[in-house]
Amino acid sequence: MAIAKLKADATEARLAGVTLPDGAQWARAARGDALARVRAMGLPSKRDEYWKYTNPSDLTAVDAPSAALFDGGEAPLFGDKECLNIVFVDGVFDAQASDPLAGEGIEIMRLCDAMAADIHWAKDLYGVLETRGQVPVERPLAALNTALATDGVVIHATAKVAKPIHISYLHADETSDANLHNLVKVDAGAEVTLLETGPGAARFSTCLEVDIADTGAFHHVRTQGRDHERRTVTHCFARVGAESTFKSFTVTVNGVLTRNECVLDIIGDDAVAHVAGVCVGDGKDFHHDDTVFITHDALNGESRQVFKKVLRNGATGVFQGKILVKAGAQKTDGYQISQSLLLDEDAQFLAKPELEIYADDVACSHGSTSGAIDETALFYLRSRGVPVRVARNLLTLSFMAEALDEIADSALADELRDRLEGWLARHG
Amino acid sequence: MSDIKDVEVKDGVDQETVDAVSKLSGTYKYGWNTEIEMDYAPKGVNTDIVKLISGKNNEPDWMTEWRLSAFARWEQIEEPTWAMVSYPEIDFQDIYYYARPKSMAEKPKSLDDVDPKLLETYKKLGIPLKEQMILAGVEGAEDAPAEGRKVAVDAVFDSVSVGTTFQKELEKAGVIFCSISEAIEKHPELVKKYLGTVVPPSDNFYATLNSAVFSDGSFVYVPPGVRCPMELSTYFRINAENTGQFERTLIIADKGSYVSYLEGCTAPKRDTAQLHAAVVEIIIEEDAEVKYSTVQNWYPGDENGVGGIYNFVTKRADCRGDRAKIMWTQVETGSAVTWKYPSCILRGNESQGEFYSIAIANNMQQADTGTKMVHLGKNTKSRIVSKGISAGKAQNTYRGLVSMHPKAKESRNYTQCDSLLIGDKCGAHTVPYIEVKNNSSRVEHEATTSKVDDEQLFYCRARGMDEEEAVALVVNGFCKEVLQALPMEFAMEAQALVAISLEGSVG
Repeated sequence: MAIAKLKADATEARLAGVTLPDGAQWARAARGDALARVRAMGLPSKRDEYWKYTNPSDLTAVDAPSAALFDGGEAPLFGDKECLNIVFVDGVFDAQASDPLAGEGIEIMRLCDAMAADIHWAKDLYGVLETRGQVPVERPLAALNTALATDGVVIHATAKVAKPIHISYLHADETSDANLHNLVKVDAGAEVTLLETGPGAARFSTCLEVDIADTGAFHHVRTQGRDHERRTVTHCFARVGAESTFKSFTVTVNGVLTRNECVLDIIGDDAVAHVAGVCVGDGKDFHHDDTVFITHDALNGESRQVFKKVLRNGATGVFQGKILVKAGAQKTDGYQISQSLLLDEDAQFLAKPELEIYADDVACSHGSTSGAIDETALFYLRSRGVPVRVARNLLTLSFMAEALDEIADSALADELRDRLEGWLARHG
Repeated sequence: MSDIKDVEVKDGVDQETVDAVSKLSGTYKYGWNTEIEMDYAPKGVNTDIVKLISGKNNEPDWMTEWRLSAFARWEQIEEPTWAMVSYPEIDFQDIYYYARPKSMAEKPKSLDDVDPKLLETYKKLGIPLKEQMILAGVEGAEDAPAEGRKVAVDAVFDSVSVGTTFQKELEKAGVIFCSISEAIEKHPELVKKYLGTVVPPSDNFYATLNSAVFSDGSFVYVPPGVRCPMELSTYFRINAENTGQFERTLIIADKGSYVSYLEGCTAPKRDTAQLHAAVVEIIIEEDAEVKYSTVQNWYPGDENGVGGIYNFVTKRADCRGDRAKIMWTQVETGSAVTWKYPSCILRGNESQGEFYSIAIANNMQQADTGTKMVHLGKNTKSRIVSKGISAGKAQNTYRGLVSMHPKAKESRNYTQCDSLLIGDKCGAHTVPYIEVKNNSSRVEHEATTSKVDDEQLFYCRARGMDEEEAVALVVNGFCKEVLQALPMEFAMEAQALVAISLEGSVG
């Protein structure tokens, strides 16, 4: 169907003057196809059902809105953990700050290098899962990322990888506009952990495509930096094979606009996929959106979506989650929970938790709640001598606990919990 | 009726049961057709048809204008496509927008003069004799002795209201219950004041079409402080072929009043789909309460999806006054395609909205139904209990909105939507929208999807029930909360309907 003229014009305005990064022939073709997809779909607007609760105009504007730099005076996250560190500053690879791209059980290189090679496995993944993920819901910003991404990391795990790969995205320029694209291929029986931290740029788009072979495992923990003014859109597309595991967890604090989309395709039997996140939003400018789409197309699959949002001072939290169980995906166990804690009058929570089910022998459920802090619990704590501020933070932290429990590595979970506690204490 | 041949015979079910069930395929109790001579307006819709319908009802100019402006608007808007239903494109020019039984032209003196076909219809519908007389418009019927419990009935046959019972008795209480065409004639000030204030003529595609071409419907006005002495009921039947039924119901519950309203619908079996696009508007003033119950049993089409009613309905209640209360209860078992979202605007402080729904989709039926709870006033409460049952190759969607506006402080919503799947070829979907814009309100939403519990079935079977009965019992248990919300008369019927609708769904 042809898109409306208004939308087509807005899309052309954004694409005018855009030059696609160069590479091998296959890479140029993949980018060209992605650009064609963007043109066919048109960039999103507030009128689209899928953007009903989030205004994408900052993400589609020709120029990135500027964002002041933020220094929280904190030690970098996961600094103590032994990782393979990779650093991008405003979307540009920082070779000095990064570790050598090598490790046991792993092949790792920069995306731009992979895309310059005439023959590379990345050809079978780059933009492939993103294209699959465009049905039934269009995600033009993901296609735009595939077209424009200048760099990223390409990871191939061939065994259990002991050291997590930690990508830090630093923000150093107030008007930076970056597009990064990461690929992860997990072989049968292999396991890898990817950590992503930092705001990335004033306007930052990342796309992650993950292909997990049967019995493989992929763990993903992400924190999106505390820059107050940044705008971020992320996409994660994963193909989850039989008896494999996919786990992703995201912490978002501050930021003007964050849209995290996660699109999982469970294609093998007995697979497990968990997506979870917490967000702490403060202030009218804060808008955070988690959009998840999980498709069960195999037997005995388990999926969990656990999202907790703490909002105050006019902050807005959005959750759009969907479980699609295709015909024949029997014995599926799908669970989805989205909860918000509204700390004051102006905060908003907007949710659309969906189920679409075409198989009968399944147990799928979703729950969504929204409300203020439990006064009875607060009273109980105060009557035990806990000061009101401490009591509030304690209850807020316990509200987020169910989501934090989704992180498999307890050391990582503890570090995030401590950090959240610190932020709450300072704000509270 | 599911496609029995395609369903694997499960352990413990002998072929005999499957065959017996198979024979019941497509049983639709109300599928007869009464051959009554009808007056038709020409097919299609245009300004002339709109004027003709208005003229047939002897409407004043303002009403004709109102219809024409709705029609002008309708020509500019497009049919919505967001619902999870698919059907062949409707040719809006291939439908009769006005059909009226010829026998209505002159008033009969006694039942003997009434078209026997019409009486036969009433009999099949189980309407008592006295009410049959009244509905047939027999002179003096109001004075005939009544049998049993009283329910005032307004029957709408194709496009026109053919009669309303117990009008005199209701009048004594001050309640106005008549057809909307009569109301436009006799109570224009009330109609003018309220019509289109809850569902404006520009509301949505089908409501706009309805505003232009509605031919009749029911009107209820309950004056301040009056508790309506009997249940009011409207009975809708589409009889003529290729006819669209566009009825409009307007209910006004003035301050401190109470009324319970029942609505039932059936249609004959036809192999072409028929359109039904109704609008129901309810205005509830301070301290008033309205209960609106629907048992919707339009012809659902056969097991191959041939024929059936397209039921595209807009229903909305506006709780204008403080402490106003609305309760929607619906049992949706019929229609080939259902598109219906009875909504509550909770404008008054401490007003309450409740929505109880059972939607059963079997064979090739598609249902996209739910509710909207718009909380505007302080301390408003709403509760949604939705039970969706899918069998055969049917698709059943719950779509709902709960919206807490910034000023709706201390409000409360609880939503529960459960889906039950019977067979592996059907679908059950949930699409809730939750919008919370203040923090003193609490919103809770729960949804589950599951199949009929094997253990419960086994238990019933071990007690000697056959599988069909066992499923009906388990499903009735699943729907219990909603069935209990129905008025007595309807609850029994609905319970039986639940079982009938699922006939043949067990393989």
